[in-house]
Amino acid sequence: MSADSQSPRRDTIRFVLDGEVHELRDVDPTRTVLQYLREDLRRTGTKEGCAEGDCGACTVALAELNPDGDDLDVRAVNACIQFLPTLDGKELITVESLSDGNLHPVQQALVDEHASQCGFCTPGFVMSLFALYKTNPSPTRVEIDDALAGNLCRCTGYRPIVAAAQAMYSQSGEDWLRQSVADQKPPRDRIERLEAIADGGMLVLEAGGRKFYAPTTIDELCDALAENANATLLAGGTDIGLWVTKRHAELDCVIYVGRVAGLSVTIVRDDHVEIGAAVTLSDAMPVLLEEFPALEEMLLRYASPPIRNAATFGGNVANGSPIGDSMPALMVLGASLKLRSKSGSREVALDEFYHDYMVNDLKDGEFLESIRIPLTSPADEVRVYKISKRFDQDISAVCGAFRLRISDGVVSEAAIAFGGMAAIVKRAQNAEQALLGKPLTHDSVEAAMQGLEDDFEPISDMRSTADYRMRVAKNLLKRLYLDLTGDTVQSVYEYGRQA
Amino acid sequence: MDDRRKEPLESRAVGKSLPHDSAHLHVTGAAAYTDDLPEPRDLLHIAVGVSKRPHARIAKLGLGKVAAAPGIVATMTAADIPGANNFGPMLADDPILVEETAEYVGHPLFAVAGETVEQARKAALLADVDYEELDPILDIRDAVERSSFVLPTEELSRGDTEQAIEGAKHRLKRRVRCGGQDQFYLEGHVAMALPQEDGGMLVYSSTQHPDEVQMLVAKCTGRDAKDVVVICRRMGGAFGGKESQAALIACTAALMTVKTGRPCKFRLDRDDDMIITGKRHDFVIDFDVGFDDDGLIAGIDFELASRCGISADLSGPVNDRTMFHVDNAYFLENVHILSHRCKTNTVSNTAFRGFGGPQGMFAIEYVIEEIARTLGKDPLEVRRRNFYGKDERNVTHYHQTIEDNVIEEIVEQLVRDSDYADRREEIRAFNAENSVLKRGMALTPVKFGISFTATLLNQAGALVHVYKDGTVHLNHGGTEMGQGLYIKVAQVVADEFGISPGRIRITAADTSKVPNASATAASSGSDMNGKAAQAAAAKIRTRMTEFACRHFGVTEVEVRFEADHVHVGDKRLEFAELVQLAWADRISLSATGYYRTPKIHYDRATFSGRPFFYYAYGAAVAEVIVDTLTGENRILRVDIIHDCGDSLNPAIDLGQIEGGFVQGAGWLTSEEIWWNDAGELGTHAPSTYKIPTCSDLAPDFRVTMLENASNREDTIYRSKAVGEPPLMLGLSVFHAIRDAIATDANPTPELDAPATPEAVLTAWEGA
Repeated sequence: MSADSQSPRRDTIRFVLDGEVHELRDVDPTRTVLQYLREDLRRTGTKEGCAEGDCGACTVALAELNPDGDDLDVRAVNACIQFLPTLDGKELITVESLSDGNLHPVQQALVDEHASQCGFCTPGFVMSLFALYKTNPSPTRVEIDDALAGNLCRCTGYRPIVAAAQAMYSQSGEDWLRQSVADQKPPRDRIERLEAIADGGMLVLEAGGRKFYAPTTIDELCDALAENANATLLAGGTDIGLWVTKRHAELDCVIYVGRVAGLSVTIVRDDHVEIGAAVTLSDAMPVLLEEFPALEEMLLRYASPPIRNAATFGGNVANGSPIGDSMPALMVLGASLKLRSKSGSREVALDEFYHDYMVNDLKDGEFLESIRIPLTSPADEVRVYKISKRFDQDISAVCGAFRLRISDGVVSEAAIAFGGMAAIVKRAQNAEQALLGKPLTHDSVEAAMQGLEDDFEPISDMRSTADYRMRVAKNLLKRLYLDLTGDTVQSVYEYGRQA
Repeated sequence: MDDRRKEPLESRAVGKSLPHDSAHLHVTGAAAYTDDLPEPRDLLHIAVGVSKRPHARIAKLGLGKVAAAPGIVATMTAADIPGANNFGPMLADDPILVEETAEYVGHPLFAVAGETVEQARKAALLADVDYEELDPILDIRDAVERSSFVLPTEELSRGDTEQAIEGAKHRLKRRVRCGGQDQFYLEGHVAMALPQEDGGMLVYSSTQHPDEVQMLVAKCTGRDAKDVVVICRRMGGAFGGKESQAALIACTAALMTVKTGRPCKFRLDRDDDMIITGKRHDFVIDFDVGFDDDGLIAGIDFELASRCGISADLSGPVNDRTMFHVDNAYFLENVHILSHRCKTNTVSNTAFRGFGGPQGMFAIEYVIEEIARTLGKDPLEVRRRNFYGKDERNVTHYHQTIEDNVIEEIVEQLVRDSDYADRREEIRAFNAENSVLKRGMALTPVKFGISFTATLLNQAGALVHVYKDGTVHLNHGGTEMGQGLYIKVAQVVADEFGISPGRIRITAADTSKVPNASATAASSGSDMNGKAAQAAAAKIRTRMTEFACRHFGVTEVEVRFEADHVHVGDKRLEFAELVQLAWADRISLSATGYYRTPKIHYDRATFSGRPFFYYAYGAAVAEVIVDTLTGENRILRVDIIHDCGDSLNPAIDLGQIEGGFVQGAGWLTSEEIWWNDAGELGTHAPSTYKIPTCSDLAPDFRVTMLENASNREDTIYRSKAVGEPPLMLGLSVFHAIRDAIATDANPTPELDAPATPEAVLTAWEGA
């Protein structure tokens, strides 16, 4: 390890809570933020509803310095699956932080609208609404729904919570995170506190026989991984968190990529977009929506904001679950992966990356650096359809992605990929072949539908039967045909919501 | 007390939309739930190890590795239980820990106590278990065929059903299934037991039924009720799931406390909660109905088979209520009902908002729809044709005369307000033009019987203290699960004393304050506890009035309690002033109150009598859109009119209506309980079990309460119970979906509940 690539090391986690810097050492690095709040600090306002990031009762907000360093970005995350060291360098805001004797406008609006019944989900809703309040001054109903997609309420039916979300902006109460309403900026001392703990140092924790590295450069990451071949690479933790909370896995060595500057960039070039492996879904989404508007519904239904704020496309791809929602779309767009290790880097096409169920092309010491997605041409037609029992925050029964290029009346390129249809996300080669070189007609689409029978042998589980998966996959081809031949079928996800 | 209603509204608390008493605590995170209470020193945490087989004799249970795991202080098996190894509320058929034979995947085999939650949960995975597998029964109809029942099959009959069906012009026979439902309270089950001196036991339990927890904790630990105190300030939701099931958690915690001598907390992880505790019963419904050209039902035969799981639990009264509600709002002149309570090797099903009523109403609404679709009529027409009459056709199949029928008024208003006829045409036109997207609409009514069907449970107690400074301590046997019971009862007490609710301290349900309280269930909370608390407060007020008359030389009519003051003749005293004077005169300022619901009686042997004090009514119109390529669907608009009588708190009641409707819609759409062939529950967390989210709420949602709807019966301020009835308004969504996928070619698509995208697509493609 060369001296100049190495930043100072630190064995203490530092973050801000209610204006105080918390410095923690000798803590189990896989202890969750929720455990720390509830069990160590006895701050019990933040609740555990599921310990898997699906109900939102544990929602807290994280404030970070924005790229310009003159304001705070506030985001909601699920405390139940966030490991404590991932707080490093950030300000943690919990439901207790919001009121200083007087209720915060978000809280007052919830009281006024009778938006709590049992109240157990309420702190989580407060924090999701607080994040909305800080980031969107006049949300539409659809934006409110989206902001609350990760918070379950079993009592109210949500109507009064939506009403509170609409009313909170006209509350007279003070929002302490701003210096004044006029300049819309947070108090200088909040910024300074974060600046003071942002030393860029690599975090190296060891406690109870467990190691946790949070490198800040790609070189440090390469070294750490080379030294710890069996390390678990952690990005957003929205899956790995569950290994600990649900499977009670003991992770002896974790390397967190979230602080590696080189992995946190999204670059748009003339012919492609490159998304760093540690870029969160929230940060990547605006770029992807700009370049690939056809991905919108899939991206909105992919995960709730607290998950998007932590999770990464890199994690989704590297984890390689057969029901990961990003891969079908990335595959048909022709995405490739930049894999890196101490000995160099290489590129592999995404549709060649997966070998078998949860087995991929990554070698020991190798990590995913970035995802490279070629831009589409105007001749490309891209569609992505996600099918699940519930629109928001649900795992797909089937996710189908399609890219067809039609030139001179025939399909000159066909890329079709499905999630949920096999042990890995993969291309539907027989279906593609059935379309290639032919005009897009009812008959060719029927042939492609038939081709799916040879491409996939789906399974039955709690999400759907094998039979449904196959039928709906075929029907998605039918829908593609309708969409591309001028008979567009509006999505029921969108239908009626903008009214 | 009815004369008080004539007073100006400003001076009363009842009828006002006051916020939930804990709203300011909910939003700040300061509301303490059981797991939030300060933890005593030496607290141990419990986890349980469970059966991985649906039916197996436990040949060996090796706990050596469990006991040796880090932080483990004790393990416990059935052999360690000093008293009765049972938490079943009605029959002693529900072991706390398995003795010999595990009967479902998730059946607790042993418990372990550790210094931390994580240590206990990790250790619980280390047991060495040998199973001798036995043949499991996992399917309802399989249970019926093999006569596997937790309770005897019941039968209820009126008229000559067979002849009526045979003599009718039309006849339909069908089978339909409706799914179960997980309560999915956001706060999972939890209890903390603390040893007290001289064998005493204090248990903090998240329970709808502290009295039952007290009794069962006493029995399993070999104590008497006097030795056990159970306290619950609030639950983070319950919905019936914490009526009987909480006792399993509390008993386990108490037993471990007995074993270790240390305080013990048992909090279930969400997955364990969903695997180990019961849900709404799923049903297989067979019907055979005869009807005329107008759709008027001549006779109907139901065979209802429900999944009760491994034990009786509350399945008896749940299934009884199903039998009582297969009429919903319809007069069934000739009816025969066979009700099977099936024993299956799945978790024991239990109470869930509606308590069997929703499944009964699902059955009859399906019948009505089937009749209408077969005849080519708008189902609304057939519904109205079959509604109960006011003065005739007004006796239920269990021989209760319906005296308060307002269903036709509600439906008439709803048809008008929702623009039903025009929208029906609009939908027809839309569907003619669109081959993939289909819209549908349905109006369904609700008539729901209010009272526990077991008459003896319809009693309640309260305890009220007035302190020297004029503030009030309020306690009653009801529990707060979010439904707003505590603020409603406080409003009643505030009006009794003419004081503002802020002067009242609302306190936790506590078995040492009010004994022998029934579960807060059957929508009865406000009706019963409101009356009991009113009675307690009235006693004290009467004493204060008598004292004032004596002291100031006035008559009773000259004493008036209002706006934190007491008017005595021409004097106006602060409430606290009169309290001080009364105290100084040695007047008792504490009283208990008691209430028993009048008029009700019921003979279970013949299923006849008046099980219900009154009925609550409502109706909903739902409109949906369905994608017939995928089965995905969305609610577009909902109109509801619901009957709350004279509401004690309109904002609270509105919350019950809206929340109940959404929960009911969830039951019938996205909420699917799924077991695999090995009897393992696949849907045991929110990642796999999908309750509605914010975006599932209809973008156009219009809810109103029936106006001028005073309860005919003398309930608390003539209000009506509202906890359960609105859930069944969700039936409108299911039938709107079915309406959307019905075509001329296939007017009766075979759609079971829940209408998941898969079920909808399957029904559509069946065309």
